[in-house]
This record gives sequence, structure tokens and C-alpha cells, in this order.
Amino acid sequence: MLNIESNWLNMRLLDDLSMQNTLIHRIDPRIKILISLAFVIIVTSFSKYEITGLLPLFFYPITLMSIGNIPSTLLLKRLLIISPFILFVGVFNPIFDRTPLLDVGFISISGGWISFISITVKLTLTAAAALLLVATTGINPICAAMHRLGCPKPLVVQLSFMYRYLHVLLEEFIKTVTAYQLRSPNGKGVQYRAWGSLLGQLLLRTYARAKTIYDAMLCRGFDGRITLLYTKNLQNHDRIYLAYWLFFFILCRAVNIPKLMGKLLLGGL
Amino acid sequence: MQNNVIAVKDIQYIYPDGTHALKGVSFKINYGESVAIVGSNGSGKTTLLSHFNGIYLPSSGTVHIGEHSINPNTLSHIRRTVGMVFQNPDDQLFMPTVYDDVAFGPTNLGLSQTEVELRTTTALKTVGAWELKDRPPYRLSGGQKRAASIAAVLAMEPSILAMDEPTAFIDPLTRRQLINLLKSFKQTKIIATHDLDMALDLCERTILLQSGSILADGPTVKIFRDKKLLEKGRLEQPLSMQGCPICSK
Amino acid sequence: MHMADALISPVVGGAMWAATAGLASFASKKVQTNIDSHKVPLMGVLGAFVFAAQMINFTIPGTGSSGHLGGGILLAILLGPHAAFLTIASILAVQALFFADGGLLALGCNIFNMGFLPCYIAYPFIFKPLTDQKPSRRRIIIGSVAAAVAGLQLGAFGVVMQTLFSGISELPFLSFLLLMQPIHLAIGIVEGIITAVVISFIYQTAPEILTKTALNKPLDNIPIKPVLVAFFIAALVIGSTLSWFASSNPDGLEWSITETSGQEALQATTEIHGFFADLQEKLAFLPDYNFKSSSAVEAPAAAIEESKESAWPAVDRGTSTAGIVGSLITLLLAYLSGKALQYAGKS
Repeated sequence: MLNIESNWLNMRLLDDLSMQNTLIHRIDPRIKILISLAFVIIVTSFSKYEITGLLPLFFYPITLMSIGNIPSTLLLKRLLIISPFILFVGVFNPIFDRTPLLDVGFISISGGWISFISITVKLTLTAAAALLLVATTGINPICAAMHRLGCPKPLVVQLSFMYRYLHVLLEEFIKTVTAYQLRSPNGKGVQYRAWGSLLGQLLLRTYARAKTIYDAMLCRGFDGRITLLYTKNLQNHDRIYLAYWLFFFILCRAVNIPKLMGKLLLGGL
Repeated sequence: MQNNVIAVKDIQYIYPDGTHALKGVSFKINYGESVAIVGSNGSGKTTLLSHFNGIYLPSSGTVHIGEHSINPNTLSHIRRTVGMVFQNPDDQLFMPTVYDDVAFGPTNLGLSQTEVELRTTTALKTVGAWELKDRPPYRLSGGQKRAASIAAVLAMEPSILAMDEPTAFIDPLTRRQLINLLKSFKQTKIIATHDLDMALDLCERTILLQSGSILADGPTVKIFRDKKLLEKGRLEQPLSMQGCPICSK
Repeated sequence: MHMADALISPVVGGAMWAATAGLASFASKKVQTNIDSHKVPLMGVLGAFVFAAQMINFTIPGTGSSGHLGGGILLAILLGPHAAFLTIASILAVQALFFADGGLLALGCNIFNMGFLPCYIAYPFIFKPLTDQKPSRRRIIIGSVAAAVAGLQLGAFGVVMQTLFSGISELPFLSFLLLMQPIHLAIGIVEGIITAVVISFIYQTAPEILTKTALNKPLDNIPIKPVLVAFFIAALVIGSTLSWFASSNPDGLEWSITETSGQEALQATTEIHGFFADLQEKLAFLPDYNFKSSSAVEAPAAAIEESKESAWPAVDRGTSTAGIVGSLITLLLAYLSGKALQYAGKS
């Protein structure tokens, strides 16, 4: 399957998931955006050697996946795909940082390995936050929420339009590239001599489409301004959701919960 | 009501690349008529249709909608009167959800929130797309998109409907539903189409175009009976008028 | 070249977000006032075009590998810098949300590296001067390649700097630089050629598109200098001041103070550090650096040496076992809660 095709199907899947109607899906999109950002800030604020303190934060993505009915395979697959570059950078940590930091029995683990594991944990958490945001909210509510949160309108309109036509264009591209591959020598990428004309033709068709859309907009009275319609206001359950997670995140940051639990447990024994 | 006459007088249209698409076309359409514009590919159907609401302005000649001639000053008024349904619904449904799309027109007309809601709801219910209102357009089937794009135009409450190949891209049952729906519309209808069976069903008058000129303009049944004329226009008789392929009667 | 959240600190992420937000406001205003309304759908559709085109493999002749289109320069040519910037921002946002390609916090960095640098620096200062006089095919090719290479080199440098300032990765500056720059040189050349070839094709088949674009029009007066200056000041202030106080090696400050003024001043600075240590504990949002222990007050010179050794006692060896036990319990609880919630949801 073409790379572009599997990416497109992936987007459609997230799109499908975002249209469910669970408790999480019903929370106001603005709140979900703020919580996601808060989560990411908290995660990245941990020191580079922190591992245990980060772990309770897994409750956030796990809760979202369970209540929001998002399959965990989605996250795992994505992680597999995006991790190479980051881990490639991260793997230099054990190379450059050899200071022994941790003694587990008779094994001494260097700071570099600790920070490498920390990076991996942080990567999992932050990637989960991003994917779960769109999986539980949907791109269009996110756009509307962004505008209400102060994002300039041209940017929001741009995002909205782009996303709307993304699927259309992806389908068109898939057809064109497939047709190309079926008649090309090695069937993998686009050969040099076709670069200009393949992409150029697709670009011209894109322009033609844009013109038609513009005509359609004019026919319905478009005068340069787009009006976005909003309906919802914040409800109590939105506020509770916000307070709950913010409290939890701050708690995790202030107190190393696993260490605490471990101490209590071992102290009690 | 006399406002809704379309008067096309000797219009020519030449594309920027030199193609002479319309070579002196004239006709008049009265209020409430259903007119089919038929012809082969390249005959000028879409070009002609695009003149009715000023997407194209003629290189020479005039187009009058009611008492207004179409020129850059009258465009916004014309576009409230003439609603255009494009061939490819994807070009017409550009907002995030179906509801947003249908509301786009009335909102641009400057109507109040209540009026916008009323028009949007009515339009969606008329075409039977009310359940689809929160869906994004790329999640709709061909027929649903077609219905939504019609609703989007209906919400402007035009008195003239211009449609470009409305039965393209949809399956037979949806097509039948669409034809029935269009039959129920009281507006003046101008439909550019290859679907001669639909034209026969829906439009009492037909204009046959050939290479940018009018080959024939008259009652649909009369034109479709004339095999030689249709051949000259590079067309065939509608399937329902051809003999039965099995018993050849 | 997308930066991930796992490698940046909130300070760097926040600073870049601030810069990007400012730029987005600026670009939005420009787009609203200057742009013809027909560009509204065009921006959206071209954004989708670049997004989709990025997924196509362009086989590089001679090598076995393939290159991709970044799109920054192409969009800047077709839409002008302001609209192109917004378009790239939207592409990166969708990539971050749908593919976790680039983090949410790092989105500010990414929009800066891959949006601001090509659109507001490479395009106006490299492409335009080269092609403005007479946009011949040759000049388009040279301009595109030069601009793409420049844009990507700057972007790669941006990544290195942001990683460095974040302090999560241990890669030394020079090593990272030597890794990133050559790779992105190659990527830049490929992107430049793809861009050039596409623009040439358009130039030959449908030149009217290009005449309507920024190719022939004079550039708006972009106040680059104020933006750059503001950004650098912000970065310096935030980066150096905060990390200065938060650093567990404040011996730079103390060392110079002891050198020049002696014990009392050192006492005072330790108090300052103590204050910030308290503040940090309370707020618990700055990175969890350690502060110098009070032993540094008694023997300044020796303490400085010692502090360099114990610079990173962030992980306390003593409680490591407790930590591991607690972690296992935490993970188990998390897993169970997930299952429980799923069950609850279904019944």
C-alpha cells in the first residue's frame, strides 16, 4: 500500500473515532485543548532524569482511551513510526553521559540511560496527548475552539478549509500516483523526469478546483469574510473535568507518587 | 413574478485561450418553465449555464434576469435570484459540516440568526438531508453530497435554479429520488445534462446545443423524437424512447 | 525535522510559542488586509496539496533513496510569505494532531523552523532577489535550490539550538550540528529541485498563475528586523535568566562574586538561591534542578569543584528501590483502572 494511502486511512480512522459520543467527546473542546497543553507542559517540565515521577501521568491517556473508546493499538502504531528519529537523538545520551546515577543491586546505571528512558516515557505521554486530543474532539471543533481561545481567524479558516479538502486531494493523489506506479519501471517512487509534470499537473488541477470553489462561494454571496457559527457555552461538567485534571497534573508534579507509595509500602513491611 | 424571465440575447463567449465556446446564442425562458440544455461534450452547456449567474460574463451580447442585465454591479442581486448547483458537489460543499454549508448562503445575505436557522432547516428537510447536518462533506456518499449541495442553494431561496449534470455520480435509486424531488420544485429550472431520460421526465422544453450554437429549441418530446436531429447533435434518443432491447418493440 | 516534546523544555517551548503566536497574528493581519478574496479557498487547497505532496516519494536519480517536498518555498512563491506562513502553520498543526509528528508544545518551534525561516527569510532574501529582475527558467531553478537549502539549513540550526537550550539531550552542540547540517543540505537540494521543476512546469504550461502570484510583484515591507530582534531578546532573557537561577551550577555567578567581593556576597547569593529553591519547590514547574547545598558557603573554592561533581544529584540513590516498587504499583493501577473504565463504559 502506498505511504500516502495508509496515512490517509489513518486520518480517516481518527476522524471516525472523533465522531463518537462518549463522556469525553462531550466535553467542551476548549477545555480539552487547554488540558492537553497543560499535560504536555507538565510532562516536559520534569527533569531529564525523572522516570518514576512521570508514571502516574499515564492515568491521563489511559482514562481517555478507556472512556473515549480509543483503541490503544492506534497509539502504539503511531509511536513505532515516530520514535526512530527521537530515539536516535536520545540514544546519544547514554554515550555522552556516563555518570553512574543509580544502583540496582549490583548493576550501576548511568545517567545517560536514565535520561534515555525518561525521553522514551515523555515521548509516549506527549504523543498520546496529541493523538487523543483529536481522537476525542475532531478537527472542526478544535478549529472553532481555537478561535474562541484567541487564535486569529485567517489561520482557523485556513485550517478548516485545508482539512476539508485534504481528503479530496489525498484521494486524487492516490489515484494519480497509483496510475503512475502501474506504468513505471521499478514501481516505487516518482522518477526524476516525471517530477515536474506529475506534481505540476496535480497542482494545476488544484488551482482549477480552487477557482471552482471560489465561484461557488461567490454564487452564495461570499464577499471575503467568513462567519463562523458557535453554539455551546461552558457547562459544569466541563469545569469539573478541567479542575480534576489540573489538580491531578499538579499533584503528580509536586509529589513523586510512586516513590511515596513505595516508601509507605516498604516502611509498613 | 414577471421578474423571473431569463432573456439571453446573441451572447458570444471566448475563453482566454481562444476557444470560441458560445457563438451567438439567443432564447427566452419564462417563469416556472423547466428547460433542459443538452448537447455533446464541448457543446457549450456548462459555459452557457455559467452565464446565468454571472460566473462568466459574455464577450458580447446580453443576459437579462428579469429586468436586470447581468453586469458587475448587479451580480450580488442576480446571485440571490439564480441559484447554481455545480456538477461536482465537492466544489460546492466547502464548509466543515453540512449545516455550516447550507447556512453559508443565508448568513452572507445578512439575515438574522433565527432566519438563517429557519432557512437552513427548511432546505435540509426539503432534500431529506436533515440527519446529515453535522457531518463533514467528505463523509457523505455521492447522493448525499448531491442532496446537500442542492440544500445549500435552496437556502438562498432563489426563484431560478440552474443545475449542471445533477444526476452525475449517483446511483439509480438516488437518481429517481432526485428526479422526484426536482419535480416538486416550483422554481424555474434550467438543467444542463447528458441524462436525456431525466430531461424527458422533468423538462417540457429542451435547447439542443452544438459547438456553441443552438441546433434546436422546442418541446422536449418533439426534439427527442427526431433521431436525425439528435445524431447531428452527437446524441442518441433517451433509452426509454429506444426500442426494448429484448423484444425489440 | 519535526521537534518532539520529549526533547524540549517548557521554557524553550514557551518562548518559541510566544514568537510563533506573534508571527501568526502579524501574518493574519497582513492576509486579511492585503489578500484578494479568491485566495481564501486557494490557501486551503494549496495547503492540502502540499500536505498530500509531502507523502509522495520522489526517487533521486543515481542514488537508491528518495526525497520529499517540504513545501515552504513553493508556498511562498505561490501565495506570498504571509499566506504561505499561515498555510505551513496549518499543515504542521494537522501533522502534530493526527500523526504526533512534532509535539504540541514543540509546535511553536516547528512552525518557526519550517514556516518563519523559509517564508520570511529564505524566500524574500534569497529567492526574490534572484528571480525578480527576470524570472527565467534558470533563475527559478537557482533561486529555488538556494532558497530551499538556506531555509532548511536555518531550520536545522534552529532545531539544534532549541535542543541545546532545552538540555534534555546530551548531544554536544558541535556533534549535533555536524549531524544535522549536512543531512539537511542534501534534503534542501532535493526540495529545491522539486520546487524548481514544478514552478518551471507551471511557468511553461500555465504562466498566468505565476503572474498572479508574488513572483512578479514587489514584496510587502516586512518588518523582519523588529521581529527578529524581539525574538532574540525574548529568547535570551527567558533562556539565560531563568536557567541561570534554576541551574544547579550557579557557580558561575558565585565564582565571579567570590573572586571580586568575598564571603558576604557569597552568603547573599546563597540566600538568593535558597529563595529560588523554595520558590521552585512551591511552584514545582521549573525543571527539577538541584540547588547548591549550604556547604558551598564554608569553602567556596573547594565547593565549586565539588559542586561540579555532584552537579546532577537529581536522582537520589537512596530511595531508588522505593521508587521502583512504587512505579510498578502505579503502572499496575493505571492498567487496571483503564480496564475498569472500559467495563464501566460498556455496561
